[in-house]
Amino acid sequence: MSLRATLLTSTGLLALAASVAVAVTIGPADISTADVWASVAAHAGLGESGLAPLRDGIVWNLRMPRTLLAAVCGAGLALCGAVMQSLLRNPLADPFVLGVSSGASTGAVAVVVLGVGGGALSLSAGAFLGALLSFGLVLLLSHSLGGSTDRVVLSGVAAMQLFSALTSFTVLTSADAETTRGVLFWLLGSLAGAGWGEVALCAAVLAAVLVVCLGHARTLDAFAFGEEAAASLGVRVARARLVLLCATALLTAVLVSCAGAIGFVGLVLPHATRALTGSGHARLLPVTALAGAVFLVWVDTAARTVVDPQEVPVGVVTSLLGVPAFVAVLYRDRRKA
Amino acid sequence: MSGHGPGDAGLRADRVGRRTDGRIIVDGITFAPRPGETVGLLGPNGSGKSTLLRLLAGVLRPTAGVVSLDGRPLSEAGRRATARRIATVEQHAHTQTELTVRDVVALGRIPHRRAWAAASSADARAVTAALERTGLTDRAAQSWHTLSGGERQRTQIARALAQEPRELLLDEPTNHLDIQHQLDLLDLVAGLPVTTVIALHDLNLAAMYCDRLLVLKEGRAVAEGSPASVLTPSLIARVYGVRAEVTHGPGHPVVRFLRRGGEAPVRPVRGTPGTPPGRP
Repeated sequence: MSLRATLLTSTGLLALAASVAVAVTIGPADISTADVWASVAAHAGLGESGLAPLRDGIVWNLRMPRTLLAAVCGAGLALCGAVMQSLLRNPLADPFVLGVSSGASTGAVAVVVLGVGGGALSLSAGAFLGALLSFGLVLLLSHSLGGSTDRVVLSGVAAMQLFSALTSFTVLTSADAETTRGVLFWLLGSLAGAGWGEVALCAAVLAAVLVVCLGHARTLDAFAFGEEAAASLGVRVARARLVLLCATALLTAVLVSCAGAIGFVGLVLPHATRALTGSGHARLLPVTALAGAVFLVWVDTAARTVVDPQEVPVGVVTSLLGVPAFVAVLYRDRRKA
Repeated sequence: MSGHGPGDAGLRADRVGRRTDGRIIVDGITFAPRPGETVGLLGPNGSGKSTLLRLLAGVLRPTAGVVSLDGRPLSEAGRRATARRIATVEQHAHTQTELTVRDVVALGRIPHRRAWAAASSADARAVTAALERTGLTDRAAQSWHTLSGGERQRTQIARALAQEPRELLLDEPTNHLDIQHQLDLLDLVAGLPVTTVIALHDLNLAAMYCDRLLVLKEGRAVAEGSPASVLTPSLIARVYGVRAEVTHGPGHPVVRFLRRGGEAPVRPVRGTPGTPPGRP
């Protein structure tokens, strides 16, 4: 790794550690910074916190997993977005272009509203199955259309439309007001349900997919001038595309089923990071993951505190911040049009 | 296969054909550029030049026949090994990615690098040498998107050279360039110490820069040989359906096209004492 890459990555890691350390001290329950850190230290096996179990639970079982899940989701979505944009050669691609989030919504709604699975399936499990179903359909459709990247994007658009329609139809015809509100909250993306189980699952999948993507960093570089150019640089295009699409779809599906469809992180963060790192993926991918993690930790902190005692779905906040950033990206890219 | 005799050295197409959606694009072409020479690929639009180049590069699989490298079929050689030997330059390279000239040239090292490994000193040397050879050293840090068409093609050639190929395949690299940049580019290409196959539209440029020509029509090879032996009025009429005169001066032949109506179009427009269109 070059000096610059090492510097960027270690700065990112430090920023992330600092962000998590500060974010866990913020919340509606009035717990002092020292008490929060003592509680975390105690759970890490360093002495006793002396905190009441309820307050200790707020720190260790609510704030900590939520903050970490925000970090993992931010990292994963930014990573998937960066890979999608390069693989599909489309600056507007994000982790959801393959219909994963729309499929997840339909799956979640089928479980919560229609009772599919007869109580054996959780909302998350339903969302995950829906996401896989949708991605499978996109893969099949794009393959039968010839498999080129624009076919993949168009198949994704088709799946998105189909599953959004199914979700809306189900909610409007079958759900009562309370369920609708709950589902809507989840659809917009929320980290409110975070527990240690979700953190462990998402982190494990993130780690595996990150390794796969970094192993394909050079391959992704080779896609800059298109698939045929990549092939002439020695890339086995069909295989690389399939591996990367499946890896990112799996990660996106897991993240969405735990935290809903948090928009714009996967679209905007890779663009913002490219301005820092250049477009070489060996450098871009780890830095964009770290940037996404830091970003979502702070956005979620804002989402759960700003309109206290109300909570805003984190997806709403990312979009509110994301739209101006998106416009800035479009503005910067105008000379390439 | 007959082993690795000297006759097998280099790139060779053996009765290769390609059929897409039932339409024959390339039909039984046998062709082997000699090491170090520059071969011009001629033929009207849709005659199969681009498809033949893609078959030779191994990015497209033939539906008939075999393309082989040093006697070994490309289908067995593996994509990466092939990319270390054969480099291609497309007609019109396009990217949305923000890349510098050096970034683009460094792409040529991808087939030489392993996953995870950092760039080696050999990689750095190859990139520097390629930039120097194409006269782009001063522009290494410039953004690809700010380059002119001619500079972009030079950058692509530098990228191809960074692959350190022995065979270089170019698909109408001078399209969209003005005449000065066409000549610059072809001077550069013809001077490279590699075997070059280059698809061209302009018969005179082909005659100037190529050692040998291969002429395609409707997917078939209809003529092959030195520019002087291939570029005849009858062949041009047969392949392109136009009338032309060919003069053989010292060096390469010169093709002069004639208007459909009649012999060297006369009748200058009244009032303008002028040279007849075409060559003065």
